Amino acid sequence: MTGKRYGMSIDIDRCTGCGACMVACAVENNVPPAPEGATDRKGITWMRVFPVDNGRDGPDRKSVFVPMLCQQCGQDAPCVSVCPQQAVQVDPATGIVGQMPERCLGCRYCMAACPYHARYFNWWDPAWPAGMEKTLNPNVAPRMRGVVEKCNFCHGRWHAAKERAVGRGAREIDPADYVPACVEACPTAAIRFGDLNDPRSPVAQAAQQSGSFRLLEKLGTEPKIYYHSAREWVREIGRAPAGKEQVHG
Amino acid sequence: MKHRSTYVFLSGVLIALGAGWAGFPYAIYESRPQPVDFSHKVHTGAGGMKCDDCHQLRPDGTFAGIPRLEKCAGCHAAAMGSTAEEKQFIDGYVTPKREVAWSVYARQPGNVYFPHGAHVKQAGLSCERCHGKHGQTETLRPYQEDRISGYSRDIWRGLTMGDCVACHEQHGIGQQGCLDCHK
Ligand code: HEC
Ligand code: HEC
Ligand code: HEC
Ligand code: HEC
Ligand code: HEC
Repeated sequence: MTGKRYGMSIDIDRCTGCGACMVACAVENNVPPAPEGATDRKGITWMRVFPVDNGRDGPDRKSVFVPMLCQQCGQDAPCVSVCPQQAVQVDPATGIVGQMPERCLGCRYCMAACPYHARYFNWWDPAWPAGMEKTLNPNVAPRMRGVVEKCNFCHGRWHAAKERAVGRGAREIDPADYVPACVEACPTAAIRFGDLNDPRSPVAQAAQQSGSFRLLEKLGTEPKIYYHSAREWVREIGRAPAGKEQVHG
Repeated sequence: MKHRSTYVFLSGVLIALGAGWAGFPYAIYESRPQPVDFSHKVHTGAGGMKCDDCHQLRPDGTFAGIPRLEKCAGCHAAAMGSTAEEKQFIDGYVTPKREVAWSVYARQPGNVYFPHGAHVKQAGLSCERCHGKHGQTETLRPYQEDRISGYSRDIWRGLTMGDCVACHEQHGIGQQGCLDCHK
């Protein structure tokens, strides 16, 4: 199998902040509803839409929604290098930064190291309202209390796409078979997904488009999530946080 | 007897060790019979069905696993023979339309991802390579479950992580990521 480098493009100009991606993500990945007593910082949201504004008041005030998830660093991912357990692994076949809950000891060093705050700790054992456990996705194992988790580009769907290829007798997956849940759920097609190594893929093209940027590029971690906006002040937030931040949802 | 107390002590140690050795599996594993004593031999024997009549790979590449009751009901709507097992199966499951809750000997922990397609269709491995002679058995042995982890004892009979990796190395499959086999 030829090496893939999966990435995502998110067009901030198209995001309406509806939050469909957040819901689809939680359902797909068996993230339980936050228990009573969970604060904003204790909930688990692999995908999270932040409203961000330009810090001005009155008619000058402008705001946008920024979907945030693991940025899938392609170079020296900080979570990988700080983990004392080697519980974070970059899959050479896909470039996906994977978290291994079986191995994680819960020190949360990675959460401190992550420049994007895209990692979440399980403060409780997962619990679903009675009956809802029947709707769990069998392709994703729920995590336990005491471990860290994060977006892995819907890895269960990668497995399913590979099985479908086997069913067809093919060696390569059909790109249409591997689409993360947030991408599928986005009603404005703001989020797109694909192989950055394939110049024909829409993400590879979006990455080259003018107005395309990545968050905190100066850190040199080569994230594989490409944002896009035609507005300069929006692109500015990718360089350093500006203005007040508020949590959505 | 000069060393009497030593002998007493040593034989005590031996007895305790032996009892622990013999008793440990019973202490740690809980045994339970399968709900129906299904015979593979009766069904797959001379002129019988083929494995994939009941255990197919679906067109989307997923494995159908153990067949559901409707598959059995096609033949067992009424008794085909006169065995007590068949009568018990028909009265207990087919007539009341109750699915049989089989225990899967090879069942892996919930965080393991195992695709049959890659092994059976793509690599052409035989079922026996991993499941032994299960496809020819006449009766079902009791299922043994680890009381602490809830895992099947059969994992330790050739399907541990080390066994998966050993065979993958044998077949020249390069370095795999953890998430290749975990989910
Ligand atoms: C009539 C349908 C039928 C046919 C044909 C059939 N099986 Fe099964 N198979 C079952 C049922 C029912 C079970 C569940 C009970 C059991 O464990 O035996 C099962 C279970 C199994 C399991 C057990 C998995 C586990 O670890 O618990 C294996 C292995 C298996 N079959 C292999 C085979 C092979 C090999 C063949 C072909 C030689 C075959 N089967 C043909 C119905 C069938
Ligand atoms: C193609 C028809 C056919 C199908 C499908 C079939 N059986 Fe049978 N089954 C038979 C025949 C024939 C016998 C032998 C009857 C006899 O002569 O005693 C039998 C015998 C049995 C018996 C009693 C003998 C024994 O010890 O196994 C049981 C129990 C049984 N079947 C269960 C099942 C289950 C469970 C399924 C579904 C997974 C199933 N059968 C599917 C044809 C079938
Ligand atoms: C490379 C090893 C391997 C081979 C080859 C293999 N199996 Fe399995 N089988 C497994 C493992 C491991 C499981 C447990 C999967 C799990 O728990 O997710 C299993 C589970 C099963 C089950 C129970 C599935 C369920 O979820 O209910 C059946 C039935 C079965 N195998 C039949 C077969 C048959 C028939 C063949 C041959 C066509 C076969 N297997 C070939 C390793 C293998
Ligand atoms: C008897 C040898 C054997 C055993 C035992 C075995 N495998 Fe495999 N496995 C293979 C072979 C050969 C392939 C390559 C199939 C191919 O692509 O041609 C494979 C492929 C795979 C793949 C797909 C890799 C990919 O990238 O497509 C996964 C996942 C996998 N095995 C998991 C497991 C797990 C989990 C176990 C243990 C429960 C296991 N295997 C036990 C021989 C084995
Ligand atoms: C070839 C398939 C395969 C690969 C690759 C693999 N595992 Fe496993 N792993 C398994 C299977 C099968 C089990 C369950 C059987 C057992 O406990 O041995 C398991 C069990 C485990 C367990 C015990 C979990 C429990 O609930 O008891 C841990 C921890 C674990 N794996 C960690 C890892 C890590 C870390 C990696 C990557 C370095 C990894 N595994 C790669 C197949 C694999």
